[in-house]
Amino acid sequence: MNAPLIETRNLKKYFKTPRGNLHAVDGVNLSIQRGQTLGVVGESGCGKSTLGRSILRLIEPSGGEVLYNGEDILKWDKSHMRELRKHMQLIFQDPYASLNPRMTVSEIISEPIKVCRTLTNQKDINDKVFELMETVGLAERFVNTYPHELDGGRRQRIGVARALALDPEFIVCDEPVSALDVSIQAQILNLMMDLQEARGLTYMFITHDLSVVKHISNEIAVMYLGQCVERAPSDELFNNPLHPYTKALLDAIPVPNLKHRGKERVAIHGEVTSPIDPKPGCRFAGRCPYAKPECTAENLRLEEVNEGHFVSCVLY
Amino acid sequence: MADKLLEIKDLSVEYHTDDGTVYAVNGLDLTVEKGQVLGLVGETGAGKTTMALSILRLLPERIGKITKGDIYLDGIDIVHCSEADMKLIRGNKASMIFQDPMTSLNPILTVGDQIAEVLELHNRDQSKEEIQKRVDEMLSLVGISPERKNDYPHQFSGGMKQRVVIAIALACTPELLLADEPTTALDVTIQDQVLHMMRELKEKLDSAMILITHDLGVVANNCDSVAIMYAGEIIEYGRVEDIFESENRHPYTVGLFNSIPDLTQKTKRLKPIEGLMPDPSNLPSGCTFHDRCPHCMEQCKTMKPLAVTSGTHMVRCHLFEKSGKDTVV
Repeated sequence: MNAPLIETRNLKKYFKTPRGNLHAVDGVNLSIQRGQTLGVVGESGCGKSTLGRSILRLIEPSGGEVLYNGEDILKWDKSHMRELRKHMQLIFQDPYASLNPRMTVSEIISEPIKVCRTLTNQKDINDKVFELMETVGLAERFVNTYPHELDGGRRQRIGVARALALDPEFIVCDEPVSALDVSIQAQILNLMMDLQEARGLTYMFITHDLSVVKHISNEIAVMYLGQCVERAPSDELFNNPLHPYTKALLDAIPVPNLKHRGKERVAIHGEVTSPIDPKPGCRFAGRCPYAKPECTAENLRLEEVNEGHFVSCVLY
Repeated sequence: MADKLLEIKDLSVEYHTDDGTVYAVNGLDLTVEKGQVLGLVGETGAGKTTMALSILRLLPERIGKITKGDIYLDGIDIVHCSEADMKLIRGNKASMIFQDPMTSLNPILTVGDQIAEVLELHNRDQSKEEIQKRVDEMLSLVGISPERKNDYPHQFSGGMKQRVVIAIALACTPELLLADEPTTALDVTIQDQVLHMMRELKEKLDSAMILITHDLGVVANNCDSVAIMYAGEIIEYGRVEDIFESENRHPYTVGLFNSIPDLTQKTKRLKPIEGLMPDPSNLPSGCTFHDRCPHCMEQCKTMKPLAVTSGTHMVRCHLFEKSGKDTVV
């Protein structure tokens, strides 16, 4: 195996709240190979976005390591980080909220270039903006429009163009298609996959939509309450899910096919428990149909059960 | 044919705004039978919510207007009945579940009070005790312990809030339930729980439901029949089997299905529908879908397609007009 582009070791982010520490990300280990996509799935509040932002150091992690090309970036100083940020970008969920309404399309796309001074000549910058707009499929006539004049799909294309402006290697995509209609969603997914092929991009793709994640990812990590409970190559995870939470999650997807109608499913009851000062042991135990006393006895670790397939559950 | 509960005939709704007239619903026909679950599918701006609001006459005053057509709910002429009569219908005969449970509850009233509010309005002769008993019943029906009736909405999670909204909607056992994207704001496992509960309650109370959604998976698991809406019109209607398994489907429906990544197959690229939803203040001539349609013909650009019906399946597309279908309506 080659060295991964991004790796986290025991990454932690706790938020202080009046009622105790909120364990948003709690000891996550993962790695992403160059040119690959890691899908991160989980329900709202499981720490997906915090994980993505901690890796980019947009939020300062509370502990652990983030390795970029084998170096721990958490030890780097500000100017060093600033250099690195050119290589790591973020695409946001909500194309309505992530674009400044007072800036035109060309100002939004060229902002990273101006901030990092990768190009200084105005003509070069304009050429680059047009090139980026073409890459993401935005017609040239939109160059001086404002975000509110455009629909959701086009706005998300601006977000993609902005993320590409500095020719990054690694992009964290935080639910980039969740706010879009299905037909537009498919257009953006195709665009992102084309870009990956053409530029050799590495993605961390955060989503709650399992059919999207299967489509785009090489490997998938399932998160539950700040912890990664299962990690496996995409096909393996869907064909042979091991963790009871993963099974329930896969079962809960409504499949657009009548054959699945009325099928009995492993329904899980109850809701996610509080991430504030969680008890030791498996955090899913309270909702798990297979829970045993040993589940809550001690903290579990991800164990490799099949090649490349990791799961943290006492059943395995 | 079973009893018709809701009948919409040639309904058109316009919004008059400063920027011009928005044609949200254009000549829509739809019937819902008693006890039936109809899935109404379409993308943002197709007019799904406008249609639902018209049924309850909740269109924004002044700007929203029903310009044409009739709505009959259990024989009552909705378009022409008085506001006083409408008040008796809303929440009683027909009620609505809104998309976002976070904003559709009143943050300064306890959930118990909010359920009691509907009951008090429609059952003026009932005593306080009877109403409180009914509130407890409703809460346990949707799986919330009645002890929590004195809690405020912010003390509940998203899934629980949506259960409260459903309890309010069902409190007077309406004959028609309009569920406008009831689970879009929820996580999949919670969505599964809520839909399961709605299916059970529907059986128990024997109400009909219009389930508005953009998720074809939700439709496949919950609906008897499906209407596909595009630019304010029903372009395809039929039983679930017609929509999911028939050969002769509207190109837009086919496009919708192709846009969803299939979990059972490995596809390299998705086949999305090209282009965007038309601007409802400036609709294309002829078939409103023609400029995005891969099978567009000359006549599509100028002539409105007629409804082609075969059995329970209706498609509005020029492709099928001559292909030996039973009847042309």
